Amino acid sequence: MSIFATRHDRLLSWEWIGDHTDEIWERTLQHLQLTGYAVGIGLVIAMAMSMVALRWRRAYAPLAALSGALYSIPSLALFAILVPYTGLGFRPVLIALVTYTLLILLRNIVAGIDGVPRSVLEAADGMGYEPWRRFLAVDLRLATPAIIGGIRVATVTVIGLVTVGALVGSGGYGVFINDGLSRNFTTPIIVGGGLSIAMAIAFDLLFVAVQRLTTPWSRAGMAP
Amino acid sequence: MSQPVAIRLEQVCKRYPGAAGLAVDHLDLEIPTGEIVALVGPSGCGKTTTLKMINRLIEPTSGTIEIHGRPADELPVHELRRGIGYVIQQTGLFPHKTVAGNIATVPRLLGWDKARTRERVEELVDLVGLERQMLDRYPSALSGGQQQRVGVARALAADPPILLMDEPYSAVDPIVRARLQDELLDLQRRVHKTIVLVTHDVDEALKLGDRVVILNVGGVLEQAAPPAEILADPASPFVADFLGEELGLKRLALLRVRDITPDTGPVAEVGDDADSVRALMQEHRVTWFGIREHGRLLGWQWGSTLDGEVRADGAEPFRTVVSPDTTLRSALDGIVNSLTNVAVVIDDDGEYRGMVRIEEISEGVR
Repeated sequence: MSIFATRHDRLLSWEWIGDHTDEIWERTLQHLQLTGYAVGIGLVIAMAMSMVALRWRRAYAPLAALSGALYSIPSLALFAILVPYTGLGFRPVLIALVTYTLLILLRNIVAGIDGVPRSVLEAADGMGYEPWRRFLAVDLRLATPAIIGGIRVATVTVIGLVTVGALVGSGGYGVFINDGLSRNFTTPIIVGGGLSIAMAIAFDLLFVAVQRLTTPWSRAGMAP
Repeated sequence: MSQPVAIRLEQVCKRYPGAAGLAVDHLDLEIPTGEIVALVGPSGCGKTTTLKMINRLIEPTSGTIEIHGRPADELPVHELRRGIGYVIQQTGLFPHKTVAGNIATVPRLLGWDKARTRERVEELVDLVGLERQMLDRYPSALSGGQQQRVGVARALAADPPILLMDEPYSAVDPIVRARLQDELLDLQRRVHKTIVLVTHDVDEALKLGDRVVILNVGGVLEQAAPPAEILADPASPFVADFLGEELGLKRLALLRVRDITPDTGPVAEVGDDADSVRALMQEHRVTWFGIREHGRLLGWQWGSTLDGEVRADGAEPFRTVVSPDTTLRSALDGIVNSLTNVAVVIDDDGEYRGMVRIEEISEGVR
C-alpha cells in the first residue's frame, strides 16, 4: 500500500482508529449495556414464563408459540414496528432484543428443569426439603448448565442484533458500520464489525467457562 | 409381637384419581421397632404406595398411619421426613454434590454445625464400608454398589429411628446385590433401625425381612409373618404360588446349623483299636470313621484301610466343614459334595460339635 494513498483508499486506517478511541470505548459500553439489559430483562421474563409453564404444563405450548412467533419477526421489521410507539433510540431496540431472548431462554430453562432426574427429586422430597428450598437447591441448581447454555446463545444472538439496532439510533458498534457504509469508508465497518464479532466470541467463551465452573460434577464422569 | 410398634397402619386405603380400583385396600399393618419388614408382591400390589404413605410422599385416601404412636400428619411434612431415612432404587443421589455433600443433606437441612456434620459424615462412610477418599468425589465417579452405599449413608445421616427402602437393590447386578444385602443385615445388627423395605423379589424379602408382608394386586394383604412361617405355611394359594419353586430349599436358607441337633458321628480317638472302630462303623452304618485327638477332629479314613490302631497320620481332611452360623442350605450343598455325606460342624473356637447328615437336615425342616 502506498503512503501517498488517501486514507479512504486504505482498508484500515490506523489514524482513524487513533482519532476515535474515545468513541470506540463509548460504543463498546453502549453495546455491552444494551446486550446486558436485553439478556437480563429477558432472563427475568423467561424465568417467570418458565415458572408458569412448569406449574401449569398446558401453558407451555402457548408460551413457546408466542415467543417463537416473536422470534421469527425479522429484527429490522420489529424495530420499525416499535418505533412509532417508542420513538427512535434505545427503547425500541431493547424491547425487540428482549423478545428475541425469550424463546431461547424459555426453552432452556424448562428443558433444564424437566431434565432433572425424577429419582433425585423424589429423594430430595423424601429427605425433607421444603418445596421452595428444593426448587432453588436442587431443580434450579441442576438446571444451571442448561440455563447458562441458553444465556450463552441469547447473549451471542443479541450482540449481533444490537449492531442492526444502530439503524434506529440505539448506539453501539452498528453506528460505525452505518457510518462506514454511508461514506464508503472501510475502516469503521471493519472496526464495528470486528469488535462485535470479538465481543460475541468473548462472551461465548466466557459462558463456556462459567458453565464449567458451575458444574464441577460434570467433569467427574457423566455428561450433565 | 414382642417389640413395641414403630409404625401402625389402620384401615389405610389409597385410590389414585381416575383409577378404577384401590391401590391399597383397607390395610392394617404393624411394624415392630427394630425389625426389618419386607413388603413384597407383584407390580400393582401397592407396596411402593404403602411405603410412600409412611413418609407422606403419597397421602392416604382414608385410614390412619401412626409413627411411634403419633399420627403421621401431626408434624409438618418436611419435619416428618427429616426423621425418616429414605433410600430409593436409582439411589437419587444429587449429581451436583460430592459424596460428603450428599451424606450431609439432612444434617444441613436440620442446621447442624459444620464440625458435627463432618464428624457424622466420616462415621457413616466407615459404617457403610466406603473409603474416606471417596468423600470428595461426585456420584457419577462411583460404581452402582458404591452409590447405593452412599444412599444408605445419606438416609442414616441424622440417625433416624426409621429407614424406608424402596427397591434399593434392583438396579445393581446380582453379585453386588447379594453383597449389599449381606451388608444391610450386618449394618442392622449394629444400628437396630426399624426398616421397611419394598421389593418385588421374594427371595430378597425372605432373606432380609424379620417379617415379610405379601401383598396382592389391588393392595390386598395376603400374609404377614416371619419368613420361616410363611414358607412353612403359606396362607393362600396366591402366597404359595408367589413363593415359587424350591420352597424346601428356601426354608433351608433361613435355618442355620445351630437350629438343628448334629449327630456325634462315627468318631474314633487316636489309639483306639481296630475292633472298636469296626463296631463304631457298624453302629453308624458307614464304611469310614472320623479321627479325633484332644477334642479336635483331625479328619477321616476308610475303614478298609485301617491297619492296627487308629493313628493321627492316617487322617484325610473333611471336605465339608461348617460353622453353627452356616445356613442349612449351604450345609446341604456341602454334604452332597462330600465323599462321606456329612458336614462337620466346628465352632468358632475350633471345637468339634458333631456332624450333620441329610437326615438331620430334613428333621430340622419338618
